[in-house]
Amino acid sequence: MSSLQQELKESIIEALNLEEFTAADIDNDDALFGDGLGLDSIDALELIVLLDKDYGIKLTDPEESKAIFQSVNVLAAYIEANRTK
Amino acid sequence: MSERIAITGIGIVSALGTGVAANRERLLHSESGLSLLQKVESTYQNKIVVGEVTATNQELAQTLNLPTKHNYTRTALLGCIAAKEAVKQAGIEDIKEFKTGLVSATTVGGMDQTERYFRQFATNPDTHRYISSHHAGDSTEKIADQLQISEFTTTISTACSSAANAIMLGARLIKAGKLDRVVVGGTDALSKFTLNGFKSLLLLSDDHCRPFDANRDGLNLGEAAAYLVLESEKAAKGKQILGYVSGYGNANDAHHQTASSENGEGAFLAMQKALQIAGLKPSQIDYVNAHGTATPNNDLSESVALQRIFGENIPDFGSTKSFTGHTLAAAGAVEAVFSIVALQEQQLFANLNFTEPMPETGLVPVQTLQKKNLQYVLSNSFGFGGNCTSLIFSK
Amino acid sequence: MEALNITASTVAAKHPAYRNYIPPAAARRMAPAVKMGVVAANVALEKAQITQPDAILTGSGLGCMQDTEKFLNALLENNEQFVPPTAFIQSTHNTVGAQIALGLGCKAYNNTYVHGSLSFESALLDASLLLEDKPDAKIVVGGVDELGTEFVNYVKMLAEKETPASKIPMSEGASFFVVSSEMGNAQVLLRDMNTCREISVAEISNRVGSLLKENGLSEEDIDTLILGTTGAESDVYYKAVSDAFPKQTTQIHFKKYAGQYNTSIGFAVWFAVQLLGEKNTVSDRKNILIYNQEDGRNHSVIIVSRC
Repeated sequence: MSSLQQELKESIIEALNLEEFTAADIDNDDALFGDGLGLDSIDALELIVLLDKDYGIKLTDPEESKAIFQSVNVLAAYIEANRTK
Repeated sequence: MSERIAITGIGIVSALGTGVAANRERLLHSESGLSLLQKVESTYQNKIVVGEVTATNQELAQTLNLPTKHNYTRTALLGCIAAKEAVKQAGIEDIKEFKTGLVSATTVGGMDQTERYFRQFATNPDTHRYISSHHAGDSTEKIADQLQISEFTTTISTACSSAANAIMLGARLIKAGKLDRVVVGGTDALSKFTLNGFKSLLLLSDDHCRPFDANRDGLNLGEAAAYLVLESEKAAKGKQILGYVSGYGNANDAHHQTASSENGEGAFLAMQKALQIAGLKPSQIDYVNAHGTATPNNDLSESVALQRIFGENIPDFGSTKSFTGHTLAAAGAVEAVFSIVALQEQQLFANLNFTEPMPETGLVPVQTLQKKNLQYVLSNSFGFGGNCTSLIFSK
Repeated sequence: MEALNITASTVAAKHPAYRNYIPPAAARRMAPAVKMGVVAANVALEKAQITQPDAILTGSGLGCMQDTEKFLNALLENNEQFVPPTAFIQSTHNTVGAQIALGLGCKAYNNTYVHGSLSFESALLDASLLLEDKPDAKIVVGGVDELGTEFVNYVKMLAEKETPASKIPMSEGASFFVVSSEMGNAQVLLRDMNTCREISVAEISNRVGSLLKENGLSEEDIDTLILGTTGAESDVYYKAVSDAFPKQTTQIHFKKYAGQYNTSIGFAVWFAVQLLGEKNTVSDRKNILIYNQEDGRNHSVIIVSRC
């Protein structure tokens, strides 16, 4: 599980071009949106593509995705439970 | 308004058909032009609902008598046909008789051919003619060539409000006395590029779009071209006048790159400015041809803006995107043509597929074709980047 | 100022440290065109001491090429799967104008012109219309184009086949201005502009001459000509224009400094402003005429004066 979290942090930083951050800056329980990492709705769309590409998970409802993108821990748990690759 | 801006010709190609007559017929029969994607070479063929023009590129090129090795993109082909119809209807035989310009709008320009040949440009000389047709100004140049316009020519691209801005600039150029006559409008062909773009933004509906409905779940893309001939009173003298451009307003929502603000500020400001230019009170508007894309965000934001402008007395309103799909840069001109047809017929078009008002506003659009005395029609076009434009047309 | 290395086929802009102008959270999605445009517009506003302009007008020949290419390549490579939404959003031509507005929270009139080598001039014409209605308006107007990574090579490939071929490398840049009909502190007057789609070599100097006349000027009053010479066949137009001016008129070929891009005439206007000098500086130049065209089409003439 912890390697998945590390992998997620690195791919989030790369996909969203978060040049100011390194994986070490992101805590597993940090809020990704709003006050935490400061991600927004466009980033959510980009993360939906990332889940599809890397883990074979298809999300279509932006509202539903908000709950999944709460934190790296929540996201990792969702991926473990739903991944198809 | 010191100088009235007369509309003397209109032309259109859309999913409803080629020519104003075909489009009018289907609007008056409440027949949608939406169907499953057929022509664009895409994995979404037969899977997503779009407003596609039935004619093939070859058929369109034949109509224009083009040589076989032409480099007219589909965007240019659609644009040339619609613009020629508008000029013909305006009874213009010698385009140079008056100082005539062209203001055309497009979002992706020649992308329909670029995406087809991009991987061959480096190696296949046969495809090279589509390199110079990529840029957005190319379709405008082709239309200017077809119409033999040599005076001021330009292209506007403000996403989905592009053609509305083209109409607005045309009206201002005449008002300022820079031109006597301007052909204005927009053209956009469907492309894999835009289909995938909107798909990635989760903005496409799987079904026929439902503007202003509580359960609306996204838009259908469409392709179209539509043009209007605007003339000064001097140039239009003695001609049949189809209507007037009475007001226009452009404002920026300055809220978000793709989403509209909750209070519809940009839309509100654009409508307010248009009313001001037209010298009208909100209560004088008889019909609103709404932007109404059927995305959850746009329709709510636009509804709130309508409530802010019109208060308790919101005029009859509806979206015709359930007929044509969202035709992007062309939408403002397509809906301008529909507004003129509404004024001519004194009819309101149905906002198809509506069943239940959204709970936030409870607003109900025009659901079936209806007779009404129409003097002023307001048409909205809003785009990515917060670009909002409203136009007012009068009898 | 140094002339560009004309043996290179492309020359990138000298990018400033963008973090001094744009917050990193906003900059992370911006391709060079957006960054250049936003910074150039903000620098112009700062100089004019304006926080909220009355309009934002942008010209761009090819728009946001880098994100267009990124999105296009992604969809071609993965057969329309896993396409990047951000690149699509950023690929729209009005991204620069929209980002300037978003950054300033500016809800005013906003428009984007995308008409090849006349994109900047179209924005400028719109500005002049706005100023006729509202002389005290302060308008941000500019042009921007970026190189991108791939399409530019195809454009260059075609240009190299021409004989004689252009000697100017493909390039990029942004030039933004704040314009108003109220002179205020301004010392440079954008006197007039004229554009046309098509004109013959024989007629071009008359067209320039009549624009000068309309502004109470003659060829003798122009001390500097700024021309878009490239070495290509259509240079005959520049020769025809410069032949109509006295021999001692200084000639500057601006593309040697700016390179070739659709809105490079914005650079020529900026160059003219520098030559005429800012407020309280000395310049012996009074009137500058800029002339540009592309492949013998889309001609533009701009007259800039010290007031």
